[in-house]
Amino acid sequence: MEGQYALELIMKGKRMGERNFEDFRKIEIEKSVIKNAEGSARVKIGETEVIAGVKLNIGEPFSDTPEEGVLIVNAEFTPMASPDFESGPPGENAVELARVVDRGIRESKCIEMEKLCITPKEKVWMVFIDIHIINDQGNLLDAAALASIAALLSTKIPKIKDEEIVRNDYEKDLPVVFKPINTSVGKVGNNYLIDPNFEEEKILDCKLSISVRDDEKICALQKQGTKELDFEDLEKMTDIAMKKSKEIRKLV
Amino acid sequence: MMEKNKEVREVALPGEFLGEKKGRKIGRGAYFEGEKVFAKVLGIPRVNEMEMNVIPLSGIYLPNFGDKIIAVIQSVELSGWFVDINSPYNAFLPLAEAVEEYVDTSRSDISRYFDVDDIVFCRISRVTKNKTVQVSMRDIGCRKLYGGVIIKVTPSKIPRIIGKAGSMITLIKSKTNCDIYTGQNGLVWIRGENKAKAIEAILTIEKESHMVGLTEKIEKMLGE
Amino acid sequence: MGKTGEKMIVNGKRIDGRKPEELRKIEMKVGIINRANGSAEVKFGNTVALASVHGPRELFPRWMQESQSGILRCRYNMAPFSVDDRKSPGPDRRSVELSKVIRLALEPALFLEDFPKATIDAFVEVIQADGSTRVTGINAASLALAHAGIPMKDLVTACSVGKIDGTLIVDLSGKEDNNSECDMAVAMMPTKDKVTLLQMDGVITREEFSKLLKLAKENCKKVYELQKKVLKEKFG
Repeated sequence: MEGQYALELIMKGKRMGERNFEDFRKIEIEKSVIKNAEGSARVKIGETEVIAGVKLNIGEPFSDTPEEGVLIVNAEFTPMASPDFESGPPGENAVELARVVDRGIRESKCIEMEKLCITPKEKVWMVFIDIHIINDQGNLLDAAALASIAALLSTKIPKIKDEEIVRNDYEKDLPVVFKPINTSVGKVGNNYLIDPNFEEEKILDCKLSISVRDDEKICALQKQGTKELDFEDLEKMTDIAMKKSKEIRKLV
Repeated sequence: MMEKNKEVREVALPGEFLGEKKGRKIGRGAYFEGEKVFAKVLGIPRVNEMEMNVIPLSGIYLPNFGDKIIAVIQSVELSGWFVDINSPYNAFLPLAEAVEEYVDTSRSDISRYFDVDDIVFCRISRVTKNKTVQVSMRDIGCRKLYGGVIIKVTPSKIPRIIGKAGSMITLIKSKTNCDIYTGQNGLVWIRGENKAKAIEAILTIEKESHMVGLTEKIEKMLGE
Repeated sequence: MGKTGEKMIVNGKRIDGRKPEELRKIEMKVGIINRANGSAEVKFGNTVALASVHGPRELFPRWMQESQSGILRCRYNMAPFSVDDRKSPGPDRRSVELSKVIRLALEPALFLEDFPKATIDAFVEVIQADGSTRVTGINAASLALAHAGIPMKDLVTACSVGKIDGTLIVDLSGKEDNNSECDMAVAMMPTKDKVTLLQMDGVITREEFSKLLKLAKENCKKVYELQKKVLKEKFG
């Protein structure tokens, strides 16, 4: 049974790969890996690998924000990444991941959306973040969120000539003013685990994902998993996540 | 709406505290955490020196060993029948549990004993942990029921329909001149000219089972 | 200040006249759909959600069955006429996520191991939306589950809390939701003090988070009293 060994270790106070409960696996971040994208990043957390690509298009703003750019986040759980993923439209987990990453970026106001206006009410820059899961070895959410902000930081806005976008000819950087970091904290019995890997995820009671901004403000929270949490758990897990987010932010 | 002068037993909600366990038996409508016992379903608490339980006001039938039930034949198989027991789990009636004589299944079509849609009164003889169910007709009283109609009621109301020492069901049977079988699985089989009256009485008991003064109401209903 | 520059709190009162920590008028009914095993309707001000529960029933296709325990399936849906700008019928991404999140809010309260191979299907339909639709739906679904006689550890109670114009508030209406600095949905098992759903978006400090949790807990308990009342009166 997947996860059995991980559970036995945790009950003894240990983790696979000799990790401490509060450690992330090795994190690798590589920016601007996709030439045709306006921004991109490849992130590995342990063996979990995610690529985020940012494409910019010109489109109409939303009616309630006529002078702001538009942000759209999508996630693909491609079948190659795991035998558990199937082809076809995004399932509930892919939808949830995309929406949670979206909220972390959107609510943190890390992109200065007002600076993406070209012609008020008519034309604005639309920022598409597409998250592609390459390998699922657990904690896709943190990897996806990290890849997304890294990709945004590498994004450049193309020039516009005669109302057309001139790809690969850039005018300036995408205005990004914060680095929101998403940290997932798992709970098993009385233990809190940072960055649960694939096997650990199978035996978690539940998980809390917290997105934190540079100024220590909390921008998004999502409880996941099938078991319940105490109010005290919420407070403790939030404190751990806030501490970790400071460390991770230095890597981006 | 609360009707006047009908005393009502207080309903317990899932999660409501019923008391300390103190070595008592915990019924299927309750659960315990350490020494504390709580209601598991929406229903009437039944707490005494021997047992702590909650009788559900609604809910489906979950098969239990020994229950006497009414079942409907769903399909004829090689060595038995699948039967509908009014539960998310269907049951199997093996040939050996249904028929006394020896039957050569390579020659005989066992549908001559029981065919699809036949109604039987039988007993639950086995329930495994993952709810594979077997029934048997071996007990005295088990039989095929001919003619008649079946109505469904909430299984937990069957005891009230039967009444103390069968008093309620006897009353209905005698006043309406009907044959009636009640299954612990919430199915009731009725045959007779006055079955409409019997059915009305039974459905009234189901609806007002938790109200006091019900017996008098039913007597009045059937008295005409 | 709201997005439109409008003040959302004037003289300590919200745009609908409520105090910051005041819930809207709440109405609850049980047993409104007789073809379902359990059903309920819950209104928080103008937000109206219906819930129906079918089951436990046999689960098809068979390969989806868990031999050791039952499963809970949940569908959250908003009717096209429930919102200002007609919403196309059918699931959108928000409904897909909320269906998952509501299922996970209810599951911890159920004894699924009592129903191997079976499924309990819960449907939440929002027929009128004015903010806090998921928590209204969860309150309705929880009543419907109890009404259906499903064994539960506890009811599940939910409410929304948030921050607007710098003030912490309870039970956000639609307009407040769109103009808030923070919007947080919490569901819990009220007699066990356990949280089963937590979602937040916005910008808050660590201290505000703790205060919001406390507010949510207090108000969930108020909502629980109403759930208790409607269930007891229905069968009383």
